Amino acid sequence: MGAVPLGVAGEAGRGGGDRPPGEPRLVGYLYLLPAAVVFAAFVLYPLYNAARISLYDWDGLTVGTWTGLSNYADVFADEELRAAFLHSLILLFFYAVLPLLIGLLLAGVMARARVRGLALFRTILFLPQVIALVVVAVMWKMVYDPANGSLNRFLGWFGIEGKSWLGDFDLALPAVGLIGTWVYFGLAMVLLSAGVQKIPTSLYDAARVDGAGAVREFFVVTLPALRGEIAVSLTLTTIAALRNFDIVYITTGGGPGNATTVPAYQVFTRAFETGQVGSAAAVGIVLTAIVFVISLGINQLAERGT
Amino acid sequence: MKRLIAAVALTALVAGCGGAPGSDDSGDNDAANATPTATVAEKPDIAALGDVTLTVWDQEVRGGQRKQIEELNKQFEAKYPNVKIERVAKSFPDLLKTVKLAASGDDAPDVIQANQGLGIMGELVKAKLLRPVTDYAEVYGWNDRWSQTLLDANSVEPDGSRFGSGDLYGVSQMGEIVGVFYNKEKVPNPPATLTEFEASLQEAKDEGDVPIQFGNVDKWPGIHNFETVLAQTADKQAIRDFVFSKEGASFDTPEFVAAAQKISEWVEKGYFNKNFDGTGYDPAWQDFAKGKGRYLIAGTWLVADLEEQMGDKVGFMLMPGEDPESPVALGGESLAFTISSSAEQPDAAAAYLDFLTDANAAQVLVDTGNLPAMKDAPTPSGGLSAEVAEAWNKLNEVDGVVPYLDWTTPTFYDDISAAIQELLGGKQSPEEFTQGVQEKYSEWAQSR
Repeated sequence: MGAVPLGVAGEAGRGGGDRPPGEPRLVGYLYLLPAAVVFAAFVLYPLYNAARISLYDWDGLTVGTWTGLSNYADVFADEELRAAFLHSLILLFFYAVLPLLIGLLLAGVMARARVRGLALFRTILFLPQVIALVVVAVMWKMVYDPANGSLNRFLGWFGIEGKSWLGDFDLALPAVGLIGTWVYFGLAMVLLSAGVQKIPTSLYDAARVDGAGAVREFFVVTLPALRGEIAVSLTLTTIAALRNFDIVYITTGGGPGNATTVPAYQVFTRAFETGQVGSAAAVGIVLTAIVFVISLGINQLAERGT
Repeated sequence: MKRLIAAVALTALVAGCGGAPGSDDSGDNDAANATPTATVAEKPDIAALGDVTLTVWDQEVRGGQRKQIEELNKQFEAKYPNVKIERVAKSFPDLLKTVKLAASGDDAPDVIQANQGLGIMGELVKAKLLRPVTDYAEVYGWNDRWSQTLLDANSVEPDGSRFGSGDLYGVSQMGEIVGVFYNKEKVPNPPATLTEFEASLQEAKDEGDVPIQFGNVDKWPGIHNFETVLAQTADKQAIRDFVFSKEGASFDTPEFVAAAQKISEWVEKGYFNKNFDGTGYDPAWQDFAKGKGRYLIAGTWLVADLEEQMGDKVGFMLMPGEDPESPVALGGESLAFTISSSAEQPDAAAAYLDFLTDANAAQVLVDTGNLPAMKDAPTPSGGLSAEVAEAWNKLNEVDGVVPYLDWTTPTFYDDISAAIQELLGGKQSPEEFTQGVQEKYSEWAQSR
């Protein structure tokens, strides 16, 4: 700028000059600065710190020892950690896929039938979303209680013998997963039914004229129109599934054995209880990477289709 | 290949900036790096210290515990008007999660209540954040105030490598025993030996009652039930040696296998409530309090609640072993009050520790419904607390306390609680269980 004669610069400033309208100006970055600083201070810097700590064997108090990538090698070699990641993938089904399917079903029904008191039902179904997860977990722990829990009592009315839901090695993970389904199907339903409302009714009329039944109508009209909403719902619930901590911590503590342990729970115990902060950071970084890749994949799929 | 290079480059970049975590960048944190010393020769004169503020972090927040600490703090401030106590009260889990950060901060508390074992106390000693109190123990006579096992449990090697030996780092107010609560209406004559106890369990089973109420979904209760059995099948010294990681101690011995066998056998025979693996700790003892079941293996922390709900229907005994005259039980002491190495007035802090555990304190503890850990403490007048105090005295007389297994290594709570769930769930045989736990222990022993 220094070399440009003053008059010329001034003229360019006044008249807009040769810069096409809408071209970003440097000053734009200045407006970005406050948000960027906050983002850097509270997201990037902690992330960088976690990456740094993950390369050390550190107990949180004394000076750490450099171990290179061995904490990362442990993520794949350590049976407990491998199991944790496997569990979180299984939980994906309960936290993301199942709520989506239920949400689609409900949205499909709502698209066809105009139910009286719809707003009320929608509010009730969405309610689990509003309750703090800690409360949800405590509540479900009571529901699952083998002797006094409402689930086993309910089954008892039909002469079905209740199970030890959270104590059985095969049932504990699905039992924890179903809590997630209960929490997130309301979210999926609200997103999807909002999407359904913006589909022009003329499309349905056209489908009906062509002789489509309820099922065909759903697959030909409703489903394709909801692609964007499905992507949003899947992204949100996937992230919730992978970083799931509170429900596991309160209901089973990762048990029985290690049957329900998940990465976020491992991060917590390693960092705050057993003094393996380096390993905790490595698990956290790997988890972040997985969340990033999976949500990227979901959005790519959704965009490719449109 | 490109990715590998990128990964290596990123690693180098990340490593290049900044030193190792935990290293001292600021240089003004000398207190934490200096080796704490113990050099007091005689009882210090607290009144001569001038105005002192003691910041104390404790977890005495429940009922009787809160009453006693508030009372003693008040009395201490009245005795030494120049000392002001600034109390920071946290619940036990909150304290566990924040104590390391607090102790290593610039503004560390002067007195910290720390959990025994390598997980908390050992790590704090290793980081040189606590001051040994061997000198104060000498001048205040603390070494005679507790039984040896209790003193050992508050001792750590100065490098933090081992606990149960080395220097004394703290003092505890209250005793804790894991014993057997029983329903007096259903068990009028409590069994005196393990054989009699098992016969009583079978009898309960035959009559369609729950022999032992147990809830293990929270993972930790399994440790107490298993170790209570272990204390009857294994030599008490073998358990102590293992927890204190003495040379040659092992978890994988026939005596330990026998305990695993016995408790699996109890599961098979239905001596625990059905679905104990999915039942919470609180629902389990609440069911017992409502009159379901004959026995409950639990700690003295339930005394107040059970007495309130069951009145004189509940009794307390130590798990009967082979010899009724020399009982062994899992137990210990409440979290130790320790002195931070950055405490500016360690003399005042030590006087506070002494005040919390002297004869006057013992009386306050009894009056507020607590069980003093100190020798020769007054006994409560009656009820369940009297039975507990009697058991505690008996245990100390025959030196029968064995320490909690989860103190063994920093990760042992996770390791053993998960392993016990697998043992009780039939996923591991007793032999696989002891071998697996021993492997976890060896991994740690080799790495330190």
